[in-house]
Parts: sequence; structure tokens; C-alpha cells
Amino acid sequence: MTGTAASALIRSAPAEPCVPWPRHLLLQDEWQRLAVALTGESTLALTMLWAGTTHVHALFHDQAGQTFLPASVAVADGKYPALSPSRPSAAWFERMIFDLWGHVATGARDERAWLDHGKWASHGPMAARPLPISGPSEPFEFLPSHGEDLHQIPVGPVHAGIIEPGHFRFTAQGETVVRLEIRLGYLHKGTLSLMRGKSARAAARFAARLSGDSTVAHSAAFARAAEAASGAQAPPRAEMLRAVMGELERIANHVGDIGAIANDAAFAFLLARLGWHRESLLRANAAAFGHRMLMDCVIPGGVSADLAPGGTEAIFHALALLEREMPSLIRIYDDYASLADRVVGTGTVSQSLVRRFAAGGFVGRAAGRDADLRRVPGYPPFDRYDVNVPVLPQGDVDARVRIRIAEIQESTALIRQMLTELPDGPLSVPLPMVSGEGFGWAEGFRGDIWHWLRLEGGSIAAVFMRDPSWLQWPLLEAAIKGNIVADFPLCNKSFNCSYSGVDL
Amino acid sequence: MVWRTFARALRHGPATLKPEAIDEDATQALADRLAAAAQARLGRSLSIRQVDAGSCNGCELEIQMLNSVVYDLERFGLRFVASPRHADVLMVTGPVTRNMHEALVRTWNATPDPKWVVAVGDCASDGGVFKGSYAISGGIDSAVPVDLTIRGCPPTPAQLLDGLRSLLEANARS
Repeated sequence: MTGTAASALIRSAPAEPCVPWPRHLLLQDEWQRLAVALTGESTLALTMLWAGTTHVHALFHDQAGQTFLPASVAVADGKYPALSPSRPSAAWFERMIFDLWGHVATGARDERAWLDHGKWASHGPMAARPLPISGPSEPFEFLPSHGEDLHQIPVGPVHAGIIEPGHFRFTAQGETVVRLEIRLGYLHKGTLSLMRGKSARAAARFAARLSGDSTVAHSAAFARAAEAASGAQAPPRAEMLRAVMGELERIANHVGDIGAIANDAAFAFLLARLGWHRESLLRANAAAFGHRMLMDCVIPGGVSADLAPGGTEAIFHALALLEREMPSLIRIYDDYASLADRVVGTGTVSQSLVRRFAAGGFVGRAAGRDADLRRVPGYPPFDRYDVNVPVLPQGDVDARVRIRIAEIQESTALIRQMLTELPDGPLSVPLPMVSGEGFGWAEGFRGDIWHWLRLEGGSIAAVFMRDPSWLQWPLLEAAIKGNIVADFPLCNKSFNCSYSGVDL
Repeated sequence: MVWRTFARALRHGPATLKPEAIDEDATQALADRLAAAAQARLGRSLSIRQVDAGSCNGCELEIQMLNSVVYDLERFGLRFVASPRHADVLMVTGPVTRNMHEALVRTWNATPDPKWVVAVGDCASDGGVFKGSYAISGGIDSAVPVDLTIRGCPPTPAQLLDGLRSLLEANARS
């Protein structure tokens, strides 16, 4: 296909104000050409796809130009051209957009329901005019597999562990997984609709509860989007405290997950020791900021909690205890052949697939994708720090564990530096009650978190929150292929995607 | 190597916290409510099945910490089990989403009598911040009968342990 490059097509369209990148408004035929042109421009990654009552929006990462390009198309007769034929990662978003707003993606790769399980009072609850339910919904059809001696294993939504609900449909030949299909949506709480009409401060409680394990990172991304839309700037002390809390959240999650991964290979010792350290880190959080998981500590305009007296010492003490024991725990992880046998070469996701889906976090970095929002596009105070981002080529469970070990060390160093250089000053600024539109982002422990919102007179007219898991879950389906069923818990835990984060 | 860690553990003692006194009022209130038959059947031990009916996963993380060496549940006769068929207690988090409603009711039906439901977290109590959404039916009691509510967003492992020990004690006294 010859013709205009996809990124040039977006850039040539007229733009509406949006901070920091203007949002280009494409006509339906231009969007159609964009959908085709994307095939020829692999460096233009789809970061997220979402909608409002009248438009469908996309955010692209122009990796060649190291910038981001938002684009929109007006829905015509309830339809817009699908992006999923050229960007497979768009498929789950298109299904979500249909279920929430009722817009049909024409030519979509997958038109099955996603969040709508036929249990709500209406179809398209976010649409300008939701449609009443006309009858019983059609039963969900899983994707077919063809071959001899295949059998299916349905798992969930209620699982055996203390984890979130989702349905996994395995098709296996003997012990080997031929296809895994993931069906989510069980946790859909109507979060986006609850946020509409609220002030940014009031809506922040929902951002903090999109995915509890990433409460700091989601709160920070939301706060930055609200600040961008209203032209406010969080004070330097608040920026620094947000970053400290974000790195504490990263360490606590990595510590807990590494232990849980080892436990899924029946190696309980690491779970016991790392569980103890996670508890010690959460107690330091409570001592320093008043909440073990730092929920609602980050708010639009700044932070709600200052560092308590003795907080720095509590954090440094917990980090020192962890740092002292980590070498011997890593040695144990390295030395046990039975453990290595389970994690090395298991659940491999290819580098090309990670690139195609633009998957972030340790899932991407363990398969050669060097991406971190703290560096590009960056946000304060990380513009002043040189963040080392570990990258490995293998893409297996072991590589994802090792990336996380390296990130614990890097975050520990960052926290020490940031708390030592913590500036004085106010904790927050009030947000002016204005209209505007903006993006906010944060590098959570899972990867790149993106929020977008539009304010009208200070209250939220439209909002979308994209957890990194949107681009990682589909890769888990690929990672388990060819592995044995018994290795699924290991693979799943090594990805640790958020269910609540994508169920909205 | 592991032996070095064992040696260190011998020197420094266990990582597990000492149990603290439990809330006397809550315990007595529960004791009064529990049927006399339960004691004979269950003694001082409870098997718990956790169900996430719509949580943000914050409560799950704290329940996982409750299951860590620091709190060492088994010394109180408490343990998490993998199936509702093995459970005495369903520990349920989240507002009940409409998409999880049926799964929760079916899990409750699969749990043998006598059984208790512990609702964990502010959302579980009445829907919390998600109250009024088209996608939730309410707190846990909108789907199954609730015996004990442990509030908090999320409740700390210490608060969870307190609630569960009250349930055990009440069970023993009734």
C-alpha cells in the first residue's frame, strides 16, 4: 500500500486543544485510510482506544518521533472504522467501546460482547441513549480449536486462590495447551459513569480504586490529567512525595509477586520471607503516610498526606532490611534446580509480539522492549533523575522475575535519593474550576498507565483510564500456548495482570 | 543457602506476631447470635473460602498478607481453602457486580451448611464508593446473607484477624 503514512494522516487533520498534545479530528474516510496505513507504519503503536458519546478516540505512540499523537473520529450512524485488522490490540478496546457506548467498529476482528454479560438493565449504559434490554442475551461463544483429541478446561470466574475473578477457557491436547481464551468483565463496576459530573477531587477516589495494587500510580496519572486539563501545577514537594509513594508501591508489589511466583512452583520459602518484607514495607507506608497501601494519598493538585515525623526513617529501615536479605534470597532462587526448571523457558512471549502490542512494564522489558514513562515522555521529578530501566531478551517467567528484582534495586536507590532531596513547601494547590482537556500518565509497577479526561466548568464531562494490563492480558494467551496446563499459574502470576483495572 | 537462613531464624526467633486481645464486645455480640449446634460441628476451627465479588483487589492484597507468616493463621485454627465445598466461611470482598452476582450465589450454594459469610471492606458493606452504579447490585447482603462485616478500605490484616478470631470465639461460646 502506497500513500500517506499513518502518522502524517493524523498530523494533517485539524486539531482540538488538549494538553500536552492536541487531539486531531479525522473524518470517517480519513480514519478508514488511517486504519489501512497503520499496516505500513509499525513504529506507530496503539497506546489506547476509547470513546465518548459522539466520538471514538485513539492515542498513538509515535516511537520513531518519540512523541504521542491523539486522534478522534466522529461516530456516523453509530459506526466507525475498526483499527483491529491492523492493530490486534484494538480488539478488546473495540468490544469494550461497543458494550459501554454502543458504537460499532465496522470490519472489527472480534464483535463478541466483552464487559456486557447480559446482566445490566440496558445496553450501552454510557451512550447518550442506552437501549433497554429486549430479551435474554445470546450465550457467549468461545473461539473454536480444531484437531484430534482436544479437550476443554473451564476455569473461573471463582478461582482457587485469593485472587480476582475471570474466566480462563483452556483447550488442551493431553497436558499441552493449544489455546487459551481469557474472558473478563466480571468486575465491571461502572466506574467511568460514576466519575462523570463529579469534580476532579471527588472523582479521584474512583481512580484510586480502579486497581487497588496500583492505587498510587493510577491516582497520580489521574491527578496529572486533571492538572493538565485545568492548567494547574502540583507543588515540587507534592511531585516528589508522589514519586516516592510510586516507587514504594512498585517495590511492595514486586516483592509480593516474586514470592508468589516461587510459591506457584511449590517453593514456599521465598513466599514466606518476601511476604514478611512486604508486610514490613506496608507498615513503613502506614508510619510515613498513614495508609498501608497509600490509598487516597495522591490527589489532583498535589498530595493529601505529608511525610509523618519519623516517616523517612521507617521507610529507610524497611528498605535496609529488604536490601540486606535480598542477596541471599536471590542466591536461593538461582541455586535451586527444581525452581529454575519451572521458570526458565516457561511462558515465553516473543519480542515481536511484545512490540506489536506495545506492551509495557516488566512484560515488555523482559522481552526486549525498552519503554518506561518515567523516561519518555517523562514527568516530574523523574526529569531530574537518571532512571535505569532493566531490559532482557528472553521473554520467559524467569526474565520477568529478574526484571522485577532489578527494579526493586533501582527503586530503592531512587527513594533514598528523593527523600534526601525532598523540597519544602506546600502539599497541594486548589484546581481552578475551568474547562479543558488533558492526558496524565505514570509508570506503575505493571507498566504504563494512561488517563484522559475533559473538564467542563471543573467537573468531569468525559474520562478514560487505561491500565497497562489492556496490552498484557492478550500476550498471556500467547505465552501459555505450547506449555503444560500445570504451568499456567506460574505464567499468570509472572504477568500478574489486573482484572479490575481492565474491567472498569 | 537455606541453612544460613534457618540459623538466623533460630537466633532471632519467629517472624510471627504475638496475638493481641480481641474485641470483647464484638465477640460477645457474635456469640449471642450463633446457634448452639455450630460448636459441636465445627469446634474451634474454620476453613475459609475467599470470593472476590467485585473488589478493586485492594482487599485481596490485605487478605493475602493475613495469610502470610506474620499473622500465621493456622495457629488459630483458621485456614484458607481452595473450594467452597471445603469451607465453613465465605470471606467476600467488593460491591457485588451484576456480572459476579450469579457466581457468588452459586459459590454460596456450593458451601455446605452450617456456613457463615464475612463481608470484607467498605464496598462489601453497602457498595461503598460504587453505590448507585448500574453495574452493581449493592453490598454482599444484596446477594447472600451476611453474618459479620469487617469495614475498612481496605481493612488491615490485624482488623481481619480480629474479626475472624471473634467469629471463632463466638463459635466456641455459643
